Amino acid sequence: MTKVAKKGKIAILKEICKGCGLCVDVCSQGILGLGDEMNSKGYYFSRINSEKNCTGCAVCAEMCPDLAIEVWRKSNISGNSRK
Amino acid sequence: MLKKVFIKGNEAIARAAVDAGCRYYFGYPITPQSDIPEYLSKVLPKLGGEFIQAESEIASINMLMGASAAGARSMTSSSGPGISLKQEGLSYMAGSELPGVVVNVARCGPGLGGIAPSQAEYFQATKGGGHGDYRLIVLAPESGQEMYDLTFKAFDLADKYRNPAMILADGMLGQMKEPVLLQPPRKMDLPDKDWVLSGAKGRPQNIIKSLYLGDKELERHTWQLWEKYQRMKKEDVMFEAREIKDARLIIAAFGSCARIAKSTLRQARAEGLKVGLIRPITLFPFPEEIFRQASIDTKMFLTIEMNTGQMVEDVRLSVSPGTVVYFYGRPPGAGSLPSPDEILREIKKVYEPSSE
Amino acid sequence: MKKVFERPKSLKDTPSHFCPGCHSGLIHRLVAEAIDYFKIQERTIGVASVGCSVFLYNYLDVDVIEAPHGRAPAVCTGIKRVRKQNIVFTIQGDGDLAAIGTSEIIHTANRGENITVIFINNAVYGMTGGQMAPTTLLGQRTTTSPYGRDVQQEGYPVRMVELLSGLEGSAFIARAAVNKPANLMKAKKLIRRAFEMQINNMGFSMVEVLSACPTNWGLKPLEANRRVEEEMIPCFPLGVFKEKIQGSEDSRG
Repeated sequence: MTKVAKKGKIAILKEICKGCGLCVDVCSQGILGLGDEMNSKGYYFSRINSEKNCTGCAVCAEMCPDLAIEVWRKSNISGNSRK
Repeated sequence: MLKKVFIKGNEAIARAAVDAGCRYYFGYPITPQSDIPEYLSKVLPKLGGEFIQAESEIASINMLMGASAAGARSMTSSSGPGISLKQEGLSYMAGSELPGVVVNVARCGPGLGGIAPSQAEYFQATKGGGHGDYRLIVLAPESGQEMYDLTFKAFDLADKYRNPAMILADGMLGQMKEPVLLQPPRKMDLPDKDWVLSGAKGRPQNIIKSLYLGDKELERHTWQLWEKYQRMKKEDVMFEAREIKDARLIIAAFGSCARIAKSTLRQARAEGLKVGLIRPITLFPFPEEIFRQASIDTKMFLTIEMNTGQMVEDVRLSVSPGTVVYFYGRPPGAGSLPSPDEILREIKKVYEPSSE
Repeated sequence: MKKVFERPKSLKDTPSHFCPGCHSGLIHRLVAEAIDYFKIQERTIGVASVGCSVFLYNYLDVDVIEAPHGRAPAVCTGIKRVRKQNIVFTIQGDGDLAAIGTSEIIHTANRGENITVIFINNAVYGMTGGQMAPTTLLGQRTTTSPYGRDVQQEGYPVRMVELLSGLEGSAFIARAAVNKPANLMKAKKLIRRAFEMQINNMGFSMVEVLSACPTNWGLKPLEANRRVEEEMIPCFPLGVFKEKIQGSEDSRG
């Protein structure tokens, strides 16, 4: 489920995700959406719709109350740093 | 460095706390115990300790909880209404297995009651007091000297069992001046406090809590507490017994009442009445065994209390079958301290010459 | 590619018990990030309060004690007075801090206790099932204000930040929100600053963080976030309300 994009990539930890959708709302590229698949706790977890536009800005991960998103970014690209 | 000083019972408690290594005190003013915070507010800061006059009795017991969790010997003191407010914290401390010393220089209730000496907090002190199935270690001094000695002991017992310990005194003992020998008793061998909160450096985190939600977790925890209370009953019961071997009647009394009853005992013996006395010093653990043994031969007991009958229930539960336990009580209030003559009259009411 | 977002070291890898869309998880993470930032994990002591915040020890990998309801600031006081080198903090909810524990928080702030309080305000009693809180908004329906909070009946929402910043003992008092990325980044800085105040011995620091409670508000997470923006922030304005400057006359640092 980990998808490599040009600038950044993310992975959703589907068993941790509670499907609140806060990440979907904040993604400037609109690459996230709530799926129709349920995890073992019964949540419709977030999924990546179009990974190729991911900038690796990590805003989705920052907003995730459950630390269910991992983010990678190409090191030469300056994005929205957490610092 | 042994020193005999002429001091109030309250000061004896404060000095014992300092000698026992207590450097943290949290309290709130209330008569008749305010000498304790007054003394400690002078002394503790000079010893590198801390004195806080808290905003309430509730805050002070919770500060005690924090200081104790941080590993320090610490104390709070109060009286009746204030002790009621501390019950929440005491329940949490017992559930979280935290040591700490709480002094109750009891006054009258219910409600605002009065400031005269009282023994009406026997139930509250020995049966839990707050919510949940727990006990405090309860020590009942009868003199200035015991205010000193038992306070010292309370710190040791609290640490030994990781359980709050209470000194149950009263306004008479707190305000009366007596000679007190400031000789710290031998300290117990105590286990290391490896459970304290000090920052999890080089070890897993320490957690101090009383919430157990897992299946059967709380039941297990409560039985563990129970086992601790059973161990107290085996190892740390304290009492004084006087002239019980040939006694036809044994007086049961604690604290101030026991002290008064000792005068009665002398008078009774002088008149040829075979009277003895058992004075529980630990109200919890209650000295059940001495009552059981003594009542094999002595079938008449008279419990004297400054209330309408509280400890008498434990005496009745402890004595052997066929023993009659009489009760004489004076509910606390101004002018209601029983006199030795009064107790003697009560003895004579029930005492019949033996058939020998 | 380089990993650019990681779990703070002092935050345990445990799934939280918080409901979907609840901000508590975020706020716990921000606290952990501050602890990591200052490298104080090994000398930090947490005090858990009563409410949804009670499982602090399941999430923060530091020494923790559970306090009775509302009493966390008093427990913090006891710990800090014994261990002045340790960093002592608590996370309290609005029922805990602004109702049953009002006395403790006011006097702890007034004494200038050198501790840090993170105050999660979600305008409702979460753990007990959505009853009215002291910070419940006017008109807000809860399980004990079924017709909406009414001034005549229940009075106004309590603004603790404004109240505590008026006390001379408090050193740093701020209010933040985490309902959108820009607010979250500010909240992160303010929480870090609160811990910094304690590290510098400046005295009492508190950050109130507005939080959504989708479950008890009966709203979807995104709707709840909008309520934070549209209803809570106007009632509980964000910003730094009090900040003592190090070395100034009124600071202890």
